[in-house]
Amino acid sequence: MNSIMIEIKDLVTYYGTRKILDGINLTVNRGETLIILGRSGCGKSTLLRHIIGLSKPSEGHILIKGHDITRMDEDERLPIVKKIGMLFQSGALFNSMTVGENVALPLREHTQLEQSTIGIMTRMKLDQVGLAGFENFMPAQLSGGMKKRAALARAIAMDPDILFCDEPSAGLDPIVAVGIDHLILKLKKAFKMTIVIVTHEMASVFMIADRVALLDKGRILALGTVQELQAMDNPKIQQFFNREPDPEEVDRNEYLSSLVGG
Amino acid sequence: MKQIELILGHIGRNTLQFFVQISRFASLSKKTSYWLFVAPFRGKGLRWQSTIDQMVLMGVNSIPIVAIICFFVGLILAMQAAYQLERFGAAIYVADLVGVSMTREMGPLITAIIIAGRSGSAIAAEIGTMKVYEEIDALQTMGFNPIKFLVVPRFLALLIMLPCLTLIADTVGIGGGFFLAMFNLKISFIRYFNETIEALVMKDLITGLIKTFFFAAIIAIVGSYQGFSVNGGAEGVGKATTNSVVASIFLIIIADLLCTMFFYSTL
Repeated sequence: MNSIMIEIKDLVTYYGTRKILDGINLTVNRGETLIILGRSGCGKSTLLRHIIGLSKPSEGHILIKGHDITRMDEDERLPIVKKIGMLFQSGALFNSMTVGENVALPLREHTQLEQSTIGIMTRMKLDQVGLAGFENFMPAQLSGGMKKRAALARAIAMDPDILFCDEPSAGLDPIVAVGIDHLILKLKKAFKMTIVIVTHEMASVFMIADRVALLDKGRILALGTVQELQAMDNPKIQQFFNREPDPEEVDRNEYLSSLVGG
Repeated sequence: MKQIELILGHIGRNTLQFFVQISRFASLSKKTSYWLFVAPFRGKGLRWQSTIDQMVLMGVNSIPIVAIICFFVGLILAMQAAYQLERFGAAIYVADLVGVSMTREMGPLITAIIIAGRSGSAIAAEIGTMKVYEEIDALQTMGFNPIKFLVVPRFLALLIMLPCLTLIADTVGIGGGFFLAMFNLKISFIRYFNETIEALVMKDLITGLIKTFFFAAIIAIVGSYQGFSVNGGAEGVGKATTNSVVASIFLIIIADLLCTMFFYSTL
């Protein structure tokens, strides 16, 4: 079996006329957890949107299990998409459906399983994320952490090979956040999934990353294990690991002229 | 010089923006037609359960408001007509006037405007909120087409329900006219009924109903388009909702004008 799950080649993309991703090359191996780390606005969410096929790149290729998804139409992509799970930053549960219906939806639409089987699978998935007994709740009745868990249950409903997570701990308190990290680790062990996580949370990086890709201004600045990255003496990398703020050097003249609009 | 540059730039950007919007709107219409008229015959199915839910939400639940408003519209038409016709001792022709204007114009138009305000805005708000909360993205990553999932059921529901609502509106509106005739003009039920039947021809009813299909399409597509074009948070949803009502009413009037020209113009 091929050990490369995702291969990104020379990915370039623009937002209007602004270059967001500038020649990204990245491979993700089967069974590894890759964390894409970067500051806000560095293009990491954009990169994720491209990998899961929500946006089309201006240039470059994205191969998932050897299939170039940038060159496929919706029908051709479906078998690949079915085996991908995605946890959105806000959870993105369908607010008009109960938690159980949310988890059951992909099973109902993509499989020919009996209703009773789907019911059992839904409860199993909810149990795996620690939400047993919540299937009849509406998403609005859940707390932020529970929503994330429910969304995770939906993401793994189809037993995906690859799980993507967009800022899984955003907006959660540290205890709930670490709970989500634990859950991801547990699911990884149980299902041998390949996991790609976008985050800027260093605590998560130390806990779950096999490898880290540090993104800066649309380019990959560094790629390697946490230890390898920590050992590099690039100031931008060190700034991340040591949680240092940007240096507050302001050119007085420049500042003045920016104020008067010159 | 700079001033001119600014103005020209502004005009250029807005023109470009306008055409971008037109092409997106056309693309949404095209995709909706594909998922409604082509895809089901290629084994991709239609979401009937969701369509029926929407038929109840947008159709059945609108019956009271449509009925009440159209009753009053019929009443108003009758009062205006009676004021003029009574002077010539021709009060009975109130029946003709109310009957014809309700079925040809007022019934379809008033119903469409009510539904644009009630359901078109709901479509925009619902899809817009889903976009803000990444639910549309979630649908796509799960391998579901948002147009098949969200637009087609609403489109189909309106396509079926708007003509039904219009029929109700026509009937109730004529009832409103009759109400005035009976209690104010002292015209008997039988006379009013016969006069209405005499005045109406099939063409009145059919042209009125044909229009509603165009109106339904306008309401559904404009609402969905506005919903999908939401950017930003709650404010964006509010804007989209307002825009959907304004744009669909405008387009409904234009469509009505074109239909009337097609059916009745003697030019």
